[in-house]
This record gives sequence, C-alpha cells and structure tokens, in this order.
Amino acid sequence: MKILVCVSRTPETTANISFSGDNSQLDTNGLQYIMNPYDEWYALVRALELKEQVGGSVSIINVGEAENDPVIRKGLAIGADEAIRIDAKPTSSLFVAKEIAAYAKDQGFDLIMLGKESIDYNGSLIGGMLAELMALPYISYATSMDLNGNTATLNREIEGGTEICEVETPFVLSAAKGMAEQRIPNMRGIMMAKRKPLNVVPSAGSDNLENVSSYQVVSKDRNIKILDPENMEELVRLLHEEAKVI
Amino acid sequence: MVLVFAENNAGKFKKAAFEAVSYGKKIANQLSCDCAALVIGDASSAGELGVYGADKVLNINDASFADFDAQNYVAAIAEVSNNIGAKLIIVSHSSTGRSLVGGLAARMNAAVISGANALPTLDDGFHVSKNVFSGKGIANFSLNTDVKIISLMGNSIQPENMGAEVSVEHVSVAPGNGRVKVVERKTVSGTVPLPEAELVVSAGRGMGGPDKWGIIDDLANSIGATTACSRPVADTGWRPHHEHVGQTGVAIRPNLYIAIGISGAIQHLAGVSSSKTIVVINKDADAPFFKNADYGVVADLFDVVPKLTEAIKAFKAVNA
Repeated sequence: MKILVCVSRTPETTANISFSGDNSQLDTNGLQYIMNPYDEWYALVRALELKEQVGGSVSIINVGEAENDPVIRKGLAIGADEAIRIDAKPTSSLFVAKEIAAYAKDQGFDLIMLGKESIDYNGSLIGGMLAELMALPYISYATSMDLNGNTATLNREIEGGTEICEVETPFVLSAAKGMAEQRIPNMRGIMMAKRKPLNVVPSAGSDNLENVSSYQVVSKDRNIKILDPENMEELVRLLHEEAKVI
Repeated sequence: MVLVFAENNAGKFKKAAFEAVSYGKKIANQLSCDCAALVIGDASSAGELGVYGADKVLNINDASFADFDAQNYVAAIAEVSNNIGAKLIIVSHSSTGRSLVGGLAARMNAAVISGANALPTLDDGFHVSKNVFSGKGIANFSLNTDVKIISLMGNSIQPENMGAEVSVEHVSVAPGNGRVKVVERKTVSGTVPLPEAELVVSAGRGMGGPDKWGIIDDLANSIGATTACSRPVADTGWRPHHEHVGQTGVAIRPNLYIAIGISGAIQHLAGVSSSKTIVVINKDADAPFFKNADYGVVADLFDVVPKLTEAIKAFKAVNA
C-alpha cells in the first residue's frame, strides 16, 4: 500500500490572529506554526497504522517554502518514510491541489489522505479538487476506514448522522475525528527524521483564480450583562425581548 | 444564470437548501439573470423551492445517482451548469456541499469560496467574505473567473419568501459510474444536527462527570435545542465526539449558544463565537468566556440550570 498524505502548515490552535496594518495579509509576527491537526492526528496517523498492518510506504507532501521544513520534519518524526515539498507559496486551494496532482499523478499512490479541513482557511477544498484532477473517487469526512484487499469500508459524517460506504483503491479520503489518535514523536523518531528524505521539487507553475483582497479581525469581546442566579425569569425575558432568540 | 444545488434527503429539503436558493436568487437579481435550482433524486416536493426564489427547478432522477458519490455528483452538476450556461454555482456548506465544492471548482477550473458568510459585492469585481482562522478573522475573496463557485455557510442568511411554487423540469446527464457503494445510512431523527441548529445548549468539564447530563438535556428540550460539548468532555468519553464544538470539532453559528461549565479556551471560542447570542453559566467569575458572552450567570450550574429550565417552561406555557 503506497499512501500519500497531504499536510498543511497552519498557525497553532491557540494563536491570536491579527493582520498587517493595511489588512492585506496575515501578521506573522510571533506566530508559531504546527502541522494542521486534522492532517496530522487523523490522516497521517491512520496512514501509518495501515502501513503497519499491510506494509508499504507513507509519503507526506506539502506545498510551501523552506520555512515549512520543521513542520514537515515532524511528520517524518511521527513515522512517514519520506517527504516531498513543492517549493511554492501556497496562494490558493486550487493552486495547491494542482501542484500536488501534477506531482502525484504518475506516482501510483493507492490512497491519498488529508484532513477534513485546515484550521487556517477552513476550506475543505483540496481533497475534492485532488480527486477531480486525478479522476479518483472522493470520500469526505471519514471517521474510520478499514481495508480488505483493495476494498475500503468507510464511515463518513453526513448531515445528522453517518454513512457506511465501500470503494476500491485508489481514492482520495479526507479524515475527521475518530479516524485515529494523535501520536507524539519519540526521540528515536526525531533522530531518524533527520536522515529521511525531504525532497524539494519545483512548482508546476499553476495559476490562481481567486485571491484575498482584504482581511479583518473578528472581535470576540461582547458587553456582558451579569444576571442574578435567583432570577432566571429575567434571563428568559431578555432572551425573548432583547436578543429575540426564543 | 445562477445554479443552486438544493440538497434533499429522501425528497425532503432542509433549511440550508432554502437558504441557498434565496441566496442564489438575491445574487441573480444583482446580476439581472434567473436562478435555477437543481435537485438530484426525489423531486416530489421540489416545487416549493420556487417559494424561496428558484425561477425554475431542474431534476435529475436517475438510479445511478441513488448512492451519494461526490465524483458523480460533481460531474452531473457541472454538466447541468454547462448546459444552462450558469455563471455561478451555489451549494450549501454542509457535509454534502463541502464534498462537492472543491471538485466543482477543479472540474470547471473556476474561482471558489467555500463557507461564504454573506452576499457578494459586485461593484468592483466579485467579492465575497468568509470566516477564516476558525472564526478568528474574516477574509474577503475576489473571485476572478467567468464561472464562480460558492458554498454558503448555514445561518448566514435566512430563507425568504421570494416567489411561488414552480414546476419541475426533468433533465438528463451522463449516468454516474457507481464507484462508491453506500452500504448503510444512519441518521438521528428527532434532533436538529449541530451545524444546522439555531439553538444550542453546550456543557463542559464543570459538569464533573457524564452521569449528570440530565439537567442539560432538560434545558435543551425546554427550548428545542441541540446539545453540544467542549473538547475535554468528548475526549474523556463523557459525550460522543459528534457533539464536540470548537476549533477542532464542529464550528457552529446558532442564534443562541448557552455554555454551561465551559471556561472558554480560545480553541472553543473559535468554533462558537459566530453565535448571535451567547449565554455563559459558570461558577468561576474569572472564566474567560464571560468576556465573550452577552449574558452571564455566576453560579453553581447544578443550582441554576434547573431554575433556568423551569423559567423557560413557565415562559413557554404563557407564550406557546
């Protein structure tokens, strides 16, 4: 089983987000970066489990510049066999998908996995794009996957429930919570990661069809009214008359 | 032409489909064109999409689309879009819509925004906004191709009465290739799924254990709310994972979010801060969540939650 896991580099989950003075880009000052949790915890770990069961290899691929290498090395430390970094700024989802598809299309991967979304742009786009560009079936929001030969049985999240489906490899899969449990790299993994290949390949020069014209910060602060715990009738009145939500 | 893919479940449409149709009609009005709704499968009640703004309803009713296969659905929607010359394709940002939106963009080589939270502005190009960084920011996207793709975040606009029932026109497309076989669908009936819920009651570690959730269920039932929980609660198995709201769980934007015994970690806030009204109940007056709430009650949740439930029942008895 030859598995490709697409990984994204995102600001860490507790990061405070701000934008440059003219609101044209993310203010990266002091930002710490991690591997997108959905890619790491669910897609990569499940890929490693499958490799442990049936043999094969796990490659990780990232579209980004050299600043992404520490995050990619972490993927190697967790257990991926090799890494590919397509040397380009990831400027839009379709750009990233085209770059990955251009690399992956002749490589004979049996399975392409990624997280259900990245926690920066929350697009959930790349998986469907890759499937389309590579003419493969796409299973989104999978919470479990078991392989029997070339047939995969998956649970996936649907509106208000779950669906069980079957598909033959190769296909593209986006992974949601439940697919696997986070693995912490150990010292041996970290040492071995330094010797594993991280291949930097040039961009295929894909185009961008959309761009972000401006950003704004969402203020979470609200003016709170503190209510008397003995007077919940007042809260109900406010929810009805003032907030108009009940 | 604007084309809206109106999702249905065994012939029934959810609010998200009506939102998408009204959204599509409003953009069609801005563009001075018509809005068509596309229904795959049972279209027996699809005429009502006209009420929410569809100028016509197109229907693909072919057994090869009976099982949901994203690749097949993308091909079918794209074929219909090309046939009618649509300039904009809209889907709901639901699990189904999210599994289609990327494929549509790739197949049509079209600019795309997934999870749009408002109507576009058209005065200088085509700009649409969406929440980014898990709700910590908003980005305005400029879509720069002739054909564009949008998935619409739930609860971003309300469905509106914008027309009357229309007749359903059958269209045919290349049949699906049937590579994905659906073995079983399990849907929970009776409760509104979290991403669609307008009222949400959520509880956290302050509950102390899984055995006392009855008071949360009682409160939720009193207003017809869906229940949710914070990440530690799902991780320790007190509640099922699908109830986890927050940055790495479900991101929601209900009209009312009642947070009980949840301190308000930044990752939790990221998933719920788009809620219209937030009520926080916590015995710790220093809980950070109070900074991000509209109404707060500093009290032992085990005392105050049953009182709130009783107050709501009394209110409902008078105002039913």
